Amino acid sequence: MQSETIKTDQYRVRDEPFYQSTGDEIEIFEAAYRNALPVLLKGPTGCGKTRFMEYMAWRLNRPLITVSCHDDLTASDLVGRYLVKGGETTWIDGPLTQAVRSGGICYLDEIVEARKDTMVVIHPLADNRRVLPIEKLGSLVQAGPEFCLAISYNPGYQSVLKDLKQSTRQRFIALEFDYPSPQLESAIVARESGVDQETANRLVQFAAMTRNLKGSGLEEGASTRLLVHAAKLIATGVNPVSACRDAIAQALTDDREMLVAVEELSSSLF
Amino acid sequence: MDDTRSLEARLDVILQVEFSFRNTSEAAASIATLAARDQAYVIDWVERVASTNVELGFQYACRAVRALGIMEPNQVDSWALYAMDCYDREGLQSALKVMRGLDDFVRESRERAIGSVLDEQKGVLLGFLQGLSGRKLKIETSDQAYTDTETLFLPRMLARLSNPTDNFLLYKAMIAGLWAQTRYGTFRIRLDEQVLGESEPEAFLELFNALETLRLEACLERELPGLTRQLNRLKGELGEARLSGEWTGIQKELSDTGITARDTLTLTRRLFGSMEPYPPFAYQGMLRPDRVAECMAARAEREKARFRVALKLLSETLDETRDGNADRDRRFSKREHEAPEQPEDRITEILLDGKPMPLPEEMNELMSSIIMDFGEIPDEYLEPAGPGEYDPALFNDEHEDPESVWSGVYHEEGAHLYPEWDYRRQNYRKNWCAVREKTVVPVHDDFCEKTLEKYQGLVKHLRKTFEAMRDEARLLKRQTQGDDVDLDALVEALADSRDGREMSDRLFTRMHRTERNIAVLFMVDMSGSTKGWINDAERESLVLLCEALETLGDRYAIYGFSSITRKRCELYPIKGFEEPYDDEIRARVSGIRPQDYTRMGFAIRHLTRLLNEVDARTRILITLSDGKPDDYDSYRGDYGIEDTRRALIEARREGIHPYCITIDEEARDYLPHLYGPAAFTLVSEVRELPVKVSDIYRRLTT
Repeated sequence: MQSETIKTDQYRVRDEPFYQSTGDEIEIFEAAYRNALPVLLKGPTGCGKTRFMEYMAWRLNRPLITVSCHDDLTASDLVGRYLVKGGETTWIDGPLTQAVRSGGICYLDEIVEARKDTMVVIHPLADNRRVLPIEKLGSLVQAGPEFCLAISYNPGYQSVLKDLKQSTRQRFIALEFDYPSPQLESAIVARESGVDQETANRLVQFAAMTRNLKGSGLEEGASTRLLVHAAKLIATGVNPVSACRDAIAQALTDDREMLVAVEELSSSLF
Repeated sequence: MDDTRSLEARLDVILQVEFSFRNTSEAAASIATLAARDQAYVIDWVERVASTNVELGFQYACRAVRALGIMEPNQVDSWALYAMDCYDREGLQSALKVMRGLDDFVRESRERAIGSVLDEQKGVLLGFLQGLSGRKLKIETSDQAYTDTETLFLPRMLARLSNPTDNFLLYKAMIAGLWAQTRYGTFRIRLDEQVLGESEPEAFLELFNALETLRLEACLERELPGLTRQLNRLKGELGEARLSGEWTGIQKELSDTGITARDTLTLTRRLFGSMEPYPPFAYQGMLRPDRVAECMAARAEREKARFRVALKLLSETLDETRDGNADRDRRFSKREHEAPEQPEDRITEILLDGKPMPLPEEMNELMSSIIMDFGEIPDEYLEPAGPGEYDPALFNDEHEDPESVWSGVYHEEGAHLYPEWDYRRQNYRKNWCAVREKTVVPVHDDFCEKTLEKYQGLVKHLRKTFEAMRDEARLLKRQTQGDDVDLDALVEALADSRDGREMSDRLFTRMHRTERNIAVLFMVDMSGSTKGWINDAERESLVLLCEALETLGDRYAIYGFSSITRKRCELYPIKGFEEPYDDEIRARVSGIRPQDYTRMGFAIRHLTRLLNEVDARTRILITLSDGKPDDYDSYRGDYGIEDTRRALIEARREGIHPYCITIDEEARDYLPHLYGPAAFTLVSEVRELPVKVSDIYRRLTT
């Protein structure tokens, strides 16, 4: 029985990712990191949570292991499991264990999607014990000072099933993310996609319109990520109205009426 | 000739000529000229229309042949249906008008073919409007296009252009134009007061509207260049593109950024008398300062109250979180700065003791609505409300009390309207049933305890059987992947491989939860006929059922239904899906009392809608009933049965499983027709109902 050698180097972020700070989130994250406190990022989809994590991993120079949680994610998927190889069982570390052993940053994206029992395994890691019990090996892995646990969660979901339990959420430093202000957002769109400032402004204006519709027809307004997608299409020469339809409107909803309404908005803008 | 005579005889029967002075010979003669298939078609429709009203059927018979000559068959159908809808809605006179006005109908349906109809486009247009920003504006139908700053009033149909797309664009332009009035501050000047001093207020307003439209077009061009292009194309089509020479100068003057409605007013004063307004654009709305003033006054008071109360709440929450200096006076102030891109837009921040305050979303909406009216947050708004300063009624959007329906003038406020199937007409009667949810008066007595005591043994048995049905985590063995190694499988596989046979890869165990994921809604007959021991049995059944379902953990809801005519269809929520089963619910079950009649279609339709909102894999609608569908106003016999059947078909189409438990001895005659052969149970003894219901549910869901 032996552990696989950990190749965490592949998880290092080598080039500085573009991240536009909107407040004091960088300082707070750093302070939390120095104090070995876990961090919870909340905010609507596509507003830059994952990008922020990449940026912080680069800034702190730690490997970043991201796990996108889904509703069938089990504790073993995170911690590790035995596999059978050539007649013998071998233990394979899961991503969380890898991060703990190598002193990396483990980022559990959309944690509420995971099964309820999965969330519990991070509890001992997320308080002052900072240990990861591996039940099947019968051992405890102590996290070093470099290890950091971060989770993200979108409070906008209406479903009661997708709420974070108090016992989980009350272990974290919580950073709130939201869509950036119009000026910042259009700067981000222009920089990420290479469209001119005027087009970026229009796109941001369009995003504001879809956000107006949140709750009266749309579940969510257009995220910054979608704007960047649309802007990239425009930069490659796609007509702005089609870009808005295919990159934004179709991504937001399947409702026919709503699609037409959103398209009318974009054709009014461009 | 024979043909005509037999047709005439047939018409005489359908149109009850015996009791009236109608002469069907002319109609029969005209129908006789048709081919046999068309004759059958017309007669069939005469029958359908006559089922609604005999006179209407007669009028149809007289005109059907001509109608077939000038319209497509499907249009003829919709003509007849439209007439019957009018009959349902407004009575015989209005329906006869439709029948007699065949030519008007033909013209209008031609217009419809090229035009755009507000009702059909409303969903899209409303989405467009609400996306544009600001207040959540509404859309309503009216003869004139105007806005009172909360609702946009638009004509029912637009057919000024030659095709539906362009007419739709005209709607879009109209909406944008009216929205621009609210957005760019047309109503920030008190127009109603301003026109008072004028000698000819109407003409003055027209000129002002013409000038203001030019100003708003410039604003729109800055914000929505795409729309402006579409608008210009429309104007080209309508021959409105060119303004006369002197107007272009004025247009330029009004196009600068920073020009406000006040400047338009000054200009109007200067030009009034010397210049006539240009003929209004097709998309241009009216100005109704009286309506605006009325609406704004009501809103200003409401929003001021809401804003100040919100500030008070805000400062209270702050006191709670940062205690210590709670009694210190907090001061709210504001700071405005200009947005670099849009000079007409200023960004307002609310400051607390000089520091910027992030506001909750509702407050931001409120703030933008206030700024739309006043251009700023007036200083007196920044004073948090004192205790009890405002009447809480200001915060509720006014709704008429559903209970008051019968005490004064009849209204349909707060009622859900549902269609009903008329089998003779082979079509729906639109918005036919007015459905309301009413409350059951809870009765806190010992009914539940007594029932539980009475059925002590049964309750124990039920608990045990239902517990066994609960979903449990199961360990799946021999999986290709999983949480743990399946040792038995591994040993076998190793032995296999030693023997030289192929090794299986199914070596893992995995925990698997089988979820029941069922939502069930019980629809309980509360008609007058249940009075007495049927009602008791129903209530007892519900008590036992609740006990069983609580053990099981399925989501369930209970609704009672009763009616007296289509105007008074009532549903009594006894337990909603999200409500926990507690003393309140027990008291409501105990409080179930027989009411009036048994109209079933509306109840099935409404509850189908409720069930559809629940996220569950299996949805079941179980009806507890004591007899056939039956109501005071001709909802009986085939009519009631066919409507109920239709409603059940609709429910099944939505993926709901309807089931019926009844004690009606004759139910075998009609229930298979309604629910299908296997989806009902007949309980012959009322006494047995409580025992049976839970048992039926168990069988149904395993």
